[in-house]
Amino acid sequence: MYQYDQLDQAFVDQRVAEFRDQTRRFLAGELSEDEFKAVRLRNGLYIQRHAPMLRIAVPYGLLSSRQLRKLGEIAQRYDRGYGHFTTRTNLQLNWPKLADVPDILAELATVQMHSIQTSGNCIRNVTADHLAGIALDEVDDPRPYCEIIRQWANLHPEFTYLPRKFKFAVTGSAEDRAASEVHDIGLHLRRDAQGNIGFQVLVGGGLGRTPIIGQVIREFVPLPDLLSYCDAILRVYNRYGRRDNIHKARIKILVKAVGIAKFRDQVETEWRASQDISPRLDMAEVERIRAFFKPPAYESLPNIEACAGREPEFQAWYRYNTRPHKVCGYRAAFVSLKAHGENPGDISSAQMAAVADLADRVSFGMVRVTHTQNLLLADVKQAELYGVWQELRRLGLATPNIGTLTDMIACPGLDFCSLANAGTLKVAHQIQKQFDDLDYLYDLGDIEIKMSGCMNGCGHHHVGHIGILGVDKHGEEWYQITLGGSVNGSTALGQVIGPSVAQADVASTIERIVEIYRAEREDGERFIETFRRIGVKPFKEGVYAAHSEAA
Amino acid sequence: MRPILKRLDVGANERREIVQDEWKYLGEEGAPVAAAGAVAPGAPAAAGATITAAGAALIVPFVELAKYRGYAGRLGVLLSPADAVEDLGDDVKRLSLVAVTFPSAGEGRGFTQGRLLRSARFGFEGELRAVGAGVKQDLLFIMARCGFDAFELAPGQKVEEALRALDRYSVAYAPAEPVPSVKLQRFHAA
Repeated sequence: MYQYDQLDQAFVDQRVAEFRDQTRRFLAGELSEDEFKAVRLRNGLYIQRHAPMLRIAVPYGLLSSRQLRKLGEIAQRYDRGYGHFTTRTNLQLNWPKLADVPDILAELATVQMHSIQTSGNCIRNVTADHLAGIALDEVDDPRPYCEIIRQWANLHPEFTYLPRKFKFAVTGSAEDRAASEVHDIGLHLRRDAQGNIGFQVLVGGGLGRTPIIGQVIREFVPLPDLLSYCDAILRVYNRYGRRDNIHKARIKILVKAVGIAKFRDQVETEWRASQDISPRLDMAEVERIRAFFKPPAYESLPNIEACAGREPEFQAWYRYNTRPHKVCGYRAAFVSLKAHGENPGDISSAQMAAVADLADRVSFGMVRVTHTQNLLLADVKQAELYGVWQELRRLGLATPNIGTLTDMIACPGLDFCSLANAGTLKVAHQIQKQFDDLDYLYDLGDIEIKMSGCMNGCGHHHVGHIGILGVDKHGEEWYQITLGGSVNGSTALGQVIGPSVAQADVASTIERIVEIYRAEREDGERFIETFRRIGVKPFKEGVYAAHSEAA
Repeated sequence: MRPILKRLDVGANERREIVQDEWKYLGEEGAPVAAAGAVAPGAPAAAGATITAAGAALIVPFVELAKYRGYAGRLGVLLSPADAVEDLGDDVKRLSLVAVTFPSAGEGRGFTQGRLLRSARFGFEGELRAVGAGVKQDLLFIMARCGFDAFELAPGQKVEEALRALDRYSVAYAPAEPVPSVKLQRFHAA
């Protein structure tokens, strides 16, 4: 993985010193609430329902075992012994003390980590495909380019006070595992006819209150121009993005308002006119960064039948929680943070330490965070999978449910977040309980449930096969259900099936929905495929007919 | 009396000074006022119709600029966040000062206005001044990197802290206008 040089380390150290002074001035009354808000947000610090919440950046989801161990130590020492991984692959601490935050940031800096720009109206943590570098269908590893974007975006002098937040995702595979089409900028690695690396650039995607799928602004931006092209997009956005209404301030609203053709013209004009102030990537620098992402020292191994003679529980885990690897003899293994009865994405300090140790033993000391709120050991020898499973099972991290209905995404919801309208955790537990039978889960196959506690959409509910959105109805927590959303393959936004349902009825409503699928599906058809074939109507009728019968 | 934090001889041997403002904003005490017969905004400056009497160095709002093209003294313009720098046209060459408004901490259009004015496209070499309630120590470093060389500090800002804030970082990633504290920079313009 990337290792900080003198410049990177000096930057995070000076940033910590700056924030320490800002915190001191705030606590001394020299900085107003509003002034402090602008700077604390850009250091990942929210003021939440119970306490401050600190969002620590995990750039493109990559962690060394040393970093994961440090996160566990920090959660133990400064928080309540656990953390929450998010859909931007960041780690959130829900109970730190404001006065401790500068010390936490200083500790992070000792392992080349930070919380810079994980919130606020600026360029946020860049996300990538969690199978980067090991996927079978990859043009190139996206992570070096994510790292370049991370650096360029850090305290960008011109783009740190944008109209609204700004998110990048980069993917190098044909299959989009990074939800890139619902990002402000989505970058797809491509090669031109001469084999040169470049990017197809999408712009104006996003979830939240007004979900919009990104559109192609340029089919191919050569690698040396990556940052100058992004500069041009950001400059047009910074100038013309709306600032009068927070709900209309994302770039997607601007692109929609002027149309992609005109927006493209503005960007291309700006790009050509401002070459003298725009970064042009030096290929030696690109090579320096790429060198950090060279494949680890794989052994030459045969593929084996890892399941032969093993118990059914292991076979189920192998089937659901592991993925193919481009190197013969290896496989990627998920660490499921979706145990039934636990909050999706939560992990304890002890589990963090144990996963770090396991990564040291079996996966070159590296761990990845996925946008679906799980961890991944990317480079496990097939012969070691059985031992990995035993260890993960001991840790409560082997629930064999990846890709199934209970591998659901959920934001922290009303229990923690001051923006939320409704709780998500109780509903998640309800669903886990309702679908506790693994055979039933496996029969249902691939179903993605994504749940957000408010329309800001941190839980990506718009693009869940089944989306659940918490709404406030006269002080009560209700839930709007959408069907047919997707980010893998063909991105689509879910359709609302009807009036929202009460909290106590969410899990049973989900069950009715999947029962309709079971009745309607044709051979081997996945939930999303059945939905696309038959549409929303049968689900709508089935769900609400059952409701009116009950009433 | 209005103190201005100025960066002088910007470059390796940059100096900073707190000076009393020698400029007057249009309408403030001691500033020249528009004479009768001044041309309407946007109309060509006809001889005799514009203000020619020399007075103090004068900063006029962008919407008033056309009336003051013929002003004999040093002329500056005050931009609001929504003003397009392109609309300054050839006036950029005539202006000795551009003041860019940062009305609050969250309003970031001024960074782009400054950066563009300093780019080859506009080539503005006069005083680029940050003004407004948002001109506070925590933004001075990035303002300087966007090309600002004068700061009309918001009320209550401590000058010593503001001076230190200009040197807060010794490293930077994105290319920008040079500031002396930055010894290492990662990316460079073409």
